[in-house]
Amino acid sequence: MVPTTKLRVLVAKPGLDGHDRGVRVIARGFRDAGYEVIYTGVHQTPEQIVSTAIQEDVDLVGLSCLSGAHLFLFGEVVRQLREKGAGDITVVGGGIIPDEDIPKLKEAGIKQVFLPGTSLDEIMKWTEENVTPAGMREESMQ
Amino acid sequence: MFDAKTLKQVCDGTAEWSEKVKGGAGGAQEPRRFSTVSDLEIKPLYTPDDTKDLDFAETIGHPGSFPFTRGCQPDMYRGRVWTFRMFSGFGSAEDTNRRYHHLLTHGETGLSIAYDYPSLMGYDSDSPRSHAEIGKCGVAIDSLADFEVLMDGIPLGDVTVSHTINPPATIMWAMNLALAEKQGVGWNRLGGTIQNDMLKEFIAQKTFMCPIEPSVRLVRDTIEFGSKHVPRWNTVSISGYHMREAGATAVQELAFTLADGITYVQDVLDHTGMEVDVFAPRLSFFFDSHIDFFEEIAKFRAARRIWARVMKERFKAKNPRSLWMRFHTQTAGCSLTAQQPLNNVVRTATEALAAALGGTQSLHTNSYDETLALPSDQAVTVALRTQQIIAEETGVTNTIDPLAGSYFVEALTREMEEKALDYIEKIDKMGGMLAAIDQGFPQLEIADAAYRYQRQLDSNTKTLVGVNKYVTEAKAPIELLKINEKLEEEQVKRVNEVKRTRDNRMVSQALGDVRRACKGGENVMPHVIEAVKAYATEQEICDVYREVFGEYRDPGFF
Repeated sequence: MVPTTKLRVLVAKPGLDGHDRGVRVIARGFRDAGYEVIYTGVHQTPEQIVSTAIQEDVDLVGLSCLSGAHLFLFGEVVRQLREKGAGDITVVGGGIIPDEDIPKLKEAGIKQVFLPGTSLDEIMKWTEENVTPAGMREESMQ
Repeated sequence: MFDAKTLKQVCDGTAEWSEKVKGGAGGAQEPRRFSTVSDLEIKPLYTPDDTKDLDFAETIGHPGSFPFTRGCQPDMYRGRVWTFRMFSGFGSAEDTNRRYHHLLTHGETGLSIAYDYPSLMGYDSDSPRSHAEIGKCGVAIDSLADFEVLMDGIPLGDVTVSHTINPPATIMWAMNLALAEKQGVGWNRLGGTIQNDMLKEFIAQKTFMCPIEPSVRLVRDTIEFGSKHVPRWNTVSISGYHMREAGATAVQELAFTLADGITYVQDVLDHTGMEVDVFAPRLSFFFDSHIDFFEEIAKFRAARRIWARVMKERFKAKNPRSLWMRFHTQTAGCSLTAQQPLNNVVRTATEALAAALGGTQSLHTNSYDETLALPSDQAVTVALRTQQIIAEETGVTNTIDPLAGSYFVEALTREMEEKALDYIEKIDKMGGMLAAIDQGFPQLEIADAAYRYQRQLDSNTKTLVGVNKYVTEAKAPIELLKINEKLEEEQVKRVNEVKRTRDNRMVSQALGDVRRACKGGENVMPHVIEAVKAYATEQEICDVYREVFGEYRDPGFF
């Protein structure tokens, strides 16, 4: 089988907050950059996001939260991914996130936090440098 | 408005001026494009030639007269300045009640409740879905018991209350009505607003619960109940604000809001048998005031003109009040930056000034720290003072609609109107707003505009000070409001206590009556009022709605 080298990205809105302007701009940015993009829609539970991530076999999960519930919700997504043996999926996050919470999120396994004002180009560049498609990850393991 | 000779002089002068500009620009250079924040192209100069075919009586007129371009009331701010209404709520009912008294002491003239996410979405604090969200983006309200604390010491007969609440609007309104009764305030003299605009939820704000049709039916029930029993209440605040915040252009905000308004009016006419003039005077509106000063003023003026014409021509309204577009304005949250937050004071002041010059009835000014947290006491006080300075120091309220007759403002007002009417016609052809939403039309139009703007920021075609220009690393030392981490535990205890001490037989009977009304066609309001009086919780009533009507799933258009 030819390994997939195209990154698959899931962008997701955990929790009850409906602010989806940023997440949808980012979904388009990934699509325009040539990635395969799945967007969950708003009001997802961490369980739903984890199940979609595994089912869709994604390489990167981008979480967006503007309600202040990020510490619990983001951490819960990483925890449940690991519990289901999908800890190799990279998880990043963004939204209204106080500076003091960034180290806590990183400790919980969020690889990178993107704050308001980040350009799409910065996010795409970071992704290119830090996320490896599953097909290539497996290849390099052989 | 000008004679032929004057117009000829104007056009000759413009041609001469144009030559001078070309001479100064260095010849072969590609001319730079100047556009609004919404990407609407603006000409270098507007002259009488741009307004020559505007008929004064038909398009501008006088304040308080058709087509109301210059304002709904004949005396506008000389009679009474707009209501200073700060959208506010955080933590527990006690925390927010303290903030309300603080604001009223400092000259606020109306209240506006910000509910937390569980309350907005119809979950009680003890629901697993509420975990980590309680009291964060607004105040946690689970039952009438919380609402009584929230409004402690606030005379509902004297201070109007606006509720930013949508799927559970019937319930929060019922709490307000029940508490008014307890305070001895007759419903006939009770003023206030419930946002209760479900269409814009599907389009932009995304706090939805049930599918579109039953959601609109609940809106209709409130409009009908209000018209009959609470005549001074605004039962819906038809909102463009959230569309704009989601990335819409000014024209899209205007067009989709008016198309939503048309949909509600038609729906009530189709289902209730009420005459348009019975309910239309209580329809109110809510717009964003963004950073592009003149575009906003033109938008507000165009909004009043279009609505007056729609009500008169399309719906044959006769009562002048049915033609009034009364609106609340909030300065643009999305124009504020987390970087260099004190700059936000200037943005908010500019936007508030546009709202005043656009003739708003009520205004919320954002606080400089709102991109980082809910506002601190200091930040919210500066925001309130901003509108007080505009109202009472600057002199802009001395005369009504001071920008009328400006070649630019009148031409831009007309352009906004024409472009909005094109959208409305398109939506009509799609089968109305319900069909358009089903197809994702307004959602995708807004997403396109949001993406275009982001690209313009990334390529420095548009400037955002502190973000893509004049960037500094230094952080402004500002104190942020922190939400008490113990709140969740306390709030869960509180809702459990309510459930333990109330008459549970009365609650289940009331909920049964709500269910019966939902299934049949009977208006739900009288039953929801009985349920909240029996201390049924918000989620218990919303669970009935979800059970009978089902739940809406976000199609996730992007």
